[in-house]
Amino acid sequence: MTTTVETPRVPSSHAERASAAGPLSRLRWAVVDGWVMTGRNMRHVIRSPEEIVLYFSLPIMFVLVFGYVFGSGMAVPGDGSYREFLLPGVFVMTMLYGLGATASQIAVDAGRGVVDRFRSLPMARSAPLTGRAGADLLRALLELAVLVVCGLLVGWRWRNGVGDAVAAVGLILLLRLALTWLGILLGLLVPNPDTVSVIVFPLAFPLTALSNVFVAPELLPEWLGAIAAWNPLSATVAAARDLFGNPGIGGESWAAQHALLLAAGWPVLLIAVTAPLAVRRYQRLSS
Amino acid sequence: MTDETSAVVARGLRKTYGRTAALDGFDLTVPRGTVCGLLGPNGAGKTTAVRVLTTLLRFDAGHARVAGHDVTRHPERVRAAIGLTGQYAAVDETLSGRQNLVLFGRLRHLPPRTVRRRADELLDQFGLTDVAGRSAGTYSGGMRRRLDLAASLITTPQVLFLDEPTTGLDPRSRNGLWEAVRTLVADGTTVLLTTQYLEEADQLADRVSVVDAGRVVAEGTSAELKTRSGADRIELVVRDAGQLPAAAGLVERVTGGPVRVDREIRRLSAPVTDRITALAELLRALRDAGIAVEDVVLRRPTLDAAFLHLTGGHPGGARTEVAA
Repeated sequence: MTTTVETPRVPSSHAERASAAGPLSRLRWAVVDGWVMTGRNMRHVIRSPEEIVLYFSLPIMFVLVFGYVFGSGMAVPGDGSYREFLLPGVFVMTMLYGLGATASQIAVDAGRGVVDRFRSLPMARSAPLTGRAGADLLRALLELAVLVVCGLLVGWRWRNGVGDAVAAVGLILLLRLALTWLGILLGLLVPNPDTVSVIVFPLAFPLTALSNVFVAPELLPEWLGAIAAWNPLSATVAAARDLFGNPGIGGESWAAQHALLLAAGWPVLLIAVTAPLAVRRYQRLSS
Repeated sequence: MTDETSAVVARGLRKTYGRTAALDGFDLTVPRGTVCGLLGPNGAGKTTAVRVLTTLLRFDAGHARVAGHDVTRHPERVRAAIGLTGQYAAVDETLSGRQNLVLFGRLRHLPPRTVRRRADELLDQFGLTDVAGRSAGTYSGGMRRRLDLAASLITTPQVLFLDEPTTGLDPRSRNGLWEAVRTLVADGTTVLLTTQYLEEADQLADRVSVVDAGRVVAEGTSAELKTRSGADRIELVVRDAGQLPAAAGLVERVTGGPVRVDREIRRLSAPVTDRITALAELLRALRDAGIAVEDVVLRRPTLDAAFLHLTGGHPGGARTEVAA
C-alpha cells in the first residue's frame, strides 16, 4: 500500500449465481468448497512436518509394543498367530486415536480469527468441517499405509485377495470418517482446545480395552464379552479380520455373526447423528 | 433515498447478551456509493452492528438489508455482495500471504487461474509481493492488516465493512489504507467504517453516525457534528479571589457568553467562537483593569467531550490547547 492504488480489473464473483441456484448446484459447491478447505488443511500439515512424524510414530509403536510385548503371552481362538490377529485391531485403534487430533485441531481452528472470514464468505456452511473431515481422512489413509507396511514386516498378511483387503480398508476408513465427525463435534463443544485431549483419552482408552482389539470376546467373562462384542470398534475389527482372512473371528453372539452389517451400520448411524449436529453447532459459534 | 436503493438499511435492531443490550433499537441508512462512519467509544455497539450486518451474528429483533438482500432470509446473498475487514486480521496465519488470497478467492468460487492472477495483482497493489511466500503469522501488524484488506477485495464488494481498520497501524499504512478506500468508493463501493477517531471519520466519511449504548444518537457530516458538539472554551485563573467579579464582567463583555465561575479555585470559563481574537482581547482587557492572572487556557472539545455532549453525558476530559 506504499504505492498508489489503481483500479484493478476485478473478476466478478460467481457466488451470487451459485447461491441463487438449486439444490444440485448447492451440493456441487459444498463438495468443491469442502475440497478447497481440505487443501487448506493439508497445507497446514505440510508447513509443520514435525507433526507428520508424530502421526506415524504412534501407530508404529502400537504394532511393535502390542505385537511383541503382549503377543508372546496372548492366545487366539482357532490357534492363529497373535500378531495376525492383532493387526486389524491396531488399524482400528489408530483410527480411534486420530479422533483426539481432529477434535483439538477443530477447536483451535474455531478460536482463530480466520473463522470470521470463512463465515462472512459465500462458501458452503459445511465446508470448514467437511474440509477437516477430508484432510483427516487423507491423513488416515497415510497412517493405514504405514501400518500395512509395518504389519507386513512383522508377519501380518491379507489372505483373501486384494478385493477383500480393499473392502476391509474401506470399512476401516468409514469408521474413521464417523470418528472424525464425532471428533469435530467434540472439538466444537469444548470451550477450550487444551481440554480436548484430556477428554478424549479417557473416552478412547476403555473403548479399545472393552473391544476385540486385543482379546477375542469369547475369551472374556460373559458380561464383558457381550459389551466387547457390541462395541462399534469390534464390529469393524471383526469385519476386517474376516475380509483380510486373519484369525480370531467367530463367536456366538448376534453381533459377532453380523460383523459386516454392523461395521457398515454403526459408522453410518454415527455420521447421521454427529455431522448435522456439528454443522449446526459451527454455524452458531459466537452468535 | 428509499430503503430499497440504499446499500445498508437497519431498522430497530436489538441484540442482547443476558440482560445487557449490545444493540438497542439500532437504526441506520447508508446510501449507495457513500462512506458512512460509525463513531463511538468501546462498547458502544459498533462491532456488534457490523457483525449483525455481515451475517456473523444473529439478532433478536428488527430487520436489516445489505446490498438489497435481507440479512436474515438471504444471508448467502449478503455474503456474496460484501467484504469484511475486522478489528483483528482474519487471515490464516499458517498459510502464506499468497495462499491466503488464493484460498479466499477459491471460496468466492472464482476459477483457479483467475484467482492466482488476482492474488498476484492484490499482493502487488498492497506491497506484499516480497513476502508473498512467507506464512502470514510472521507478518507485522501492518502487513497483516493489508493482507486482510486485500482478502476483502478479491472480488469488488458492493458494500465493504471496515471495523476499526487502522487501529494499531503506523501513519503511513493508515494513509495507504485510506487511499485504497477512497479508490474503492470512487468505483462505486459503499463503505461502512467504524472508528473511535473523529479524524478518521473526518478523512473518509461522507456522513457520521454517533453510536452510544447500542443505538445511533446523532447523525450528520463531521462538520455538523463538531459544530453541534460544543464550542471551544476559554478558561482563566485569577490570582486574587476578590477580583473574581470584576474579571467575570470582563470575560462576559469579551466573549458575550455565559460565564461559569468556580470560586474555590478562582477559575472562570466561557465559550468562545473566535478563539485567538478572544484570547488576545481578554488578556489586554485584564491587564488594563489591573487583574493579575495565574493561568489562561483555550480548550477545544475532544472526541470524548464531543461524544459526551452528543450523548447528553457530562463534559469530561478536554485537551489543553494553548497555555499562557
